[in-house]
Amino acid sequence: MSSPNLDVRDVARLARIELTDKETDTFQSQLGSVLEYVEQLGKLDLTGVEPTAHANPIFNVFREDAVEPGLRREAVLANAPQSANNLVLVTKVLE
Amino acid sequence: MTEYLATIGLEVHVQLRTRSKMFCSCAVEFGAEPNTHVCPVCLGLPGALPVMNEEALRLTALAGLMLGCEIGPVCKFDRKNYFYPDMPKNYQISQYDLPFCLGGAVPLHDLSYPKDAQKMIATKDKKIRLVRIHLEEDVAKSFHMETVSGIDFNRAGTPLLEIVSEPDIASPEEAFAYLTVLQQLMIYGGISDADMEKGQMRCDVNVSVRPVGTEKFGTKIELKNLNSISGVRRGLAFEIPRQIEILRAGGTLDQETRRWDDVRGETTLMRIKESAHDYRYFPDPDLLPVRTAPLVAAARARQPELPWEKRARFVADFGVSEYDASVLSDDLEMAAYFETAAKGARKPKNVANWILNDLQSALATASLGIRDCPIRPEGLDELVHLIDSGVINSRQGKEVFAEMFSTGKAAAGIVEEKGLRQVSDAGAIEALADEVLAANPGPVADYKSGKASALNFLKGQLMKLSKGKANPSLAGEILEKKLQ
Repeated sequence: MSSPNLDVRDVARLARIELTDKETDTFQSQLGSVLEYVEQLGKLDLTGVEPTAHANPIFNVFREDAVEPGLRREAVLANAPQSANNLVLVTKVLE
Repeated sequence: MTEYLATIGLEVHVQLRTRSKMFCSCAVEFGAEPNTHVCPVCLGLPGALPVMNEEALRLTALAGLMLGCEIGPVCKFDRKNYFYPDMPKNYQISQYDLPFCLGGAVPLHDLSYPKDAQKMIATKDKKIRLVRIHLEEDVAKSFHMETVSGIDFNRAGTPLLEIVSEPDIASPEEAFAYLTVLQQLMIYGGISDADMEKGQMRCDVNVSVRPVGTEKFGTKIELKNLNSISGVRRGLAFEIPRQIEILRAGGTLDQETRRWDDVRGETTLMRIKESAHDYRYFPDPDLLPVRTAPLVAAARARQPELPWEKRARFVADFGVSEYDASVLSDDLEMAAYFETAAKGARKPKNVANWILNDLQSALATASLGIRDCPIRPEGLDELVHLIDSGVINSRQGKEVFAEMFSTGKAAAGIVEEKGLRQVSDAGAIEALADEVLAANPGPVADYKSGKASALNFLKGQLMKLSKGKANPSLAGEILEKKLQ
């Protein structure tokens, strides 16, 4: 469970969003009240209630292991800001 | 001087052998033209929805059964959030708190160790425990160039098992054995082709050292770029003494990731781990949970004979040694070949010997796999039978074998064609024996004065005289009788 003392700076860093000090303050208080609101759920008595990840009681929605053609490469690369040698080019990254 | 213990944990990724990807119908194909097996789902385009590949789930269940894992009644998929260009959605679909399989173990055996280490195994029949096996999607492949990186999304979305071991591994040789057994199991089950050269099996290693007699694990260092099973062994064989040396010199170790350079034979620093990653896992709302029972039932029906079961059966049914059984069952196709050849054989052990000696070396010389072997298993059994029943002797057998291997003809035909039938007629051999004894008075005298080895010389002369056709044991008997 998220802590109500959420650090907006940390969340922004994880999401790669640059915030000014003013924005940080605004979002800190806004997100804080959202979390406080959700915290109300903590007051409920949930003894005997199974934890669920989904509201729908539906399981095992599968597909057959069969191949279907995907997109044409030209269409795929047309969406990329930059491409060469049939690869999507991005700013150089090194792990 | 302080002695140190190494603690090693492996995280192995295995690509499942499916036709299509984990959450979409794009083909899984190694070496395809870049960005030709992609669609809105594996490209992470907005609005695309993933649907699970049932076969991938069955294969995961099969892996769990073969490794003796616990499979819970329900598992689910979660989003692992991070930013990297090989992951276009900015999250990888993985499993967090409800993985498919928990526990289990990989049993090591003598032959799974490197050849040069099989005589000095620290703990016989050691079992390496597993923490878990979960199912996730593979990421895209990046190519790093001078100023930019290029991405091929064909691999993105390939079903991938992550198999995490407990830190039970104590040496580079055990790590080697662990990976060898795991790879064999994946192939036996048809779960994965597990070819490390094709990236179908990949391995991350965590290793630390601590002084003997202490409980607390040392600083964990991660090794990357270990691209073969022997590479893992070499990487660890370098890294463990490196850590020990630093500690003995009074230094300290940082939690870091190091890269193995197989050419230079050393590990170099990649990055220091500053803080634990925060992947902000949460259940993927696009994917409904999975009830495992029907998948486990389907996998149970497909459970193959396990390598150690096959070994035991070869020993029991065919009377081969434990060692030979291990070599024969090492490769599934080799095992099937042996079994077909040995099924009707009177002396399956002799069939095994021909496979392990002559056939394997002929295949190696011709750079052929057992699949392309010019001699059918039934044909090999026929050859062995011709030898065992005395029609030809073993030297002639080698000649017939070579002919069979190069022409694909049947043994009996070659024997007729070349007039190779062994002479087992006592009268004919006696005549040859008389000739040999008359021509070699020296060795005859030697034998009579007690030099038993002279008999072998005389027997050799007889064989030569018969152009190799005489029945060698009969020739020996007759000579011995005549010398008395």
